[in-house]
Amino acid sequence: MLKNRIIPCLDVKNGRIVKGINFVDLKDAGDPVEQAKIYSDGGADEICFLDITASNENRDIIYDVVAKTSKKCFVPLTVGGGVRSVDDINKLLNCGADKVSINTAAVQNPEVVLDSSKKFGSQCIVVAIDAKKNENKWEIFTHGGRNNTGIDAIEFAKKMELSGAGELLVTSMDRDGTQVGYDIDLMSKISSKVNIPVIASGGVGNLDHLVDGIKLGKASAVLAASIFHYGKFSVKDAKEYLNSKGIPVRI
Amino acid sequence: MNITIVDYNSGNISSVINSFKEVAKDKVHIEVTSDLNKIKLSDKVVLPGQGSFKSCVDALSNINGLVDTLNEFVIINKKPLLGICVGLQMFADIGYEETETKGLGWISGKVSKIDNQNGKYKLPHIGWNQLKIVKESKIFKGIENNSHMYFVHSYEIIPEDKSVVSATTDYSSSIVCSVEKENIFGTQFHPEKSDKIGLRIINNFINL
Repeated sequence: MLKNRIIPCLDVKNGRIVKGINFVDLKDAGDPVEQAKIYSDGGADEICFLDITASNENRDIIYDVVAKTSKKCFVPLTVGGGVRSVDDINKLLNCGADKVSINTAAVQNPEVVLDSSKKFGSQCIVVAIDAKKNENKWEIFTHGGRNNTGIDAIEFAKKMELSGAGELLVTSMDRDGTQVGYDIDLMSKISSKVNIPVIASGGVGNLDHLVDGIKLGKASAVLAASIFHYGKFSVKDAKEYLNSKGIPVRI
Repeated sequence: MNITIVDYNSGNISSVINSFKEVAKDKVHIEVTSDLNKIKLSDKVVLPGQGSFKSCVDALSNINGLVDTLNEFVIINKKPLLGICVGLQMFADIGYEETETKGLGWISGKVSKIDNQNGKYKLPHIGWNQLKIVKESKIFKGIENNSHMYFVHSYEIIPEDKSVVSATTDYSSSIVCSVEKENIFGTQFHPEKSDKIGLRIINNFINL
């Protein structure tokens, strides 16, 4: 049977790993290529890089990081952050990314999702949805969480599925970096509205949160950064725990 | 030995190249090309494929003489070829993704959308699923039954002659995920993304 995936995510800035609290206050901590290799050797089902490099002159560093990683890690590699065009996607895929996640560009110009999924196939197009709760709905934020678009996250998710997204990476902006758990409500609402897999992201602080993301949030895959990055848990710990809770994982 | 990975603009093949180079080291020469002469002179060919059945068949046909060269390689010269994902699907007579499209016809059968049982199963089928080995295949040497492989697809090959099927996987129903017919090998899963076990399958193909 198909297994639920555990995806460690590495936030990369200027070619180095960082992890922020609520998308600000970044701490530096290491080489992404080496860390990705440690994760894949430890049983990660997939690796995710989120490039948060702000300056244009350092943008190209991520291509080098991706190229080096893809020569060492033989599990799927998803890369996102700053992806604006079909050409950006092409470059990342050519460097060895298996999937590219699109955030701001998907909101500003949904044609990018349509065109790229036609050109490269839906299997490599992930749409990243950053959403924040506003009263009784969730709204899409772009530009690394700085801009509120007012767009309804659930309707947007459906639209992205129709545009050809192969997967949705759903991050709760309220939870990201807080370690209090995924926004289960958001995950399960989106997951039940679309027929493509949902990757839950934002807020993991312990292994029960991963269990909740799958059991209650109906996510196909769970993404986490800090619990793995700061060594609180290994990917193996996470898999063994999920397995003990009856969740099918690759061990 | 020379192995050619056919580069016919079928989407992203970097991972296939990286994995073959990793396994081949310096023992085997890996060529990435659509040059017909180089393909003819190869000992083995890898046919990757991403995107839709139609886009891959169109891309193959767009390179003058490529389909004929592959036919000669596989059917007349009986040299080993490994198709991956849509590369495997194209072995069929016909595919139904986007529109009805003729395949290479090396394995009688069709390629249709996986029945997701009215939304009960998500598509694409993405992630790690287990191999049910149904017959011995040379590329499964040292691979245990129920090993996990990485999949990403929405369509499945349905061969008429079930004896070509070497493995299936369970997702909504039993899906054909590997075939072996004489010198023709194919995997629906991605050995290049299936960790050490996937690399072993690549190694088995290289060592045929």
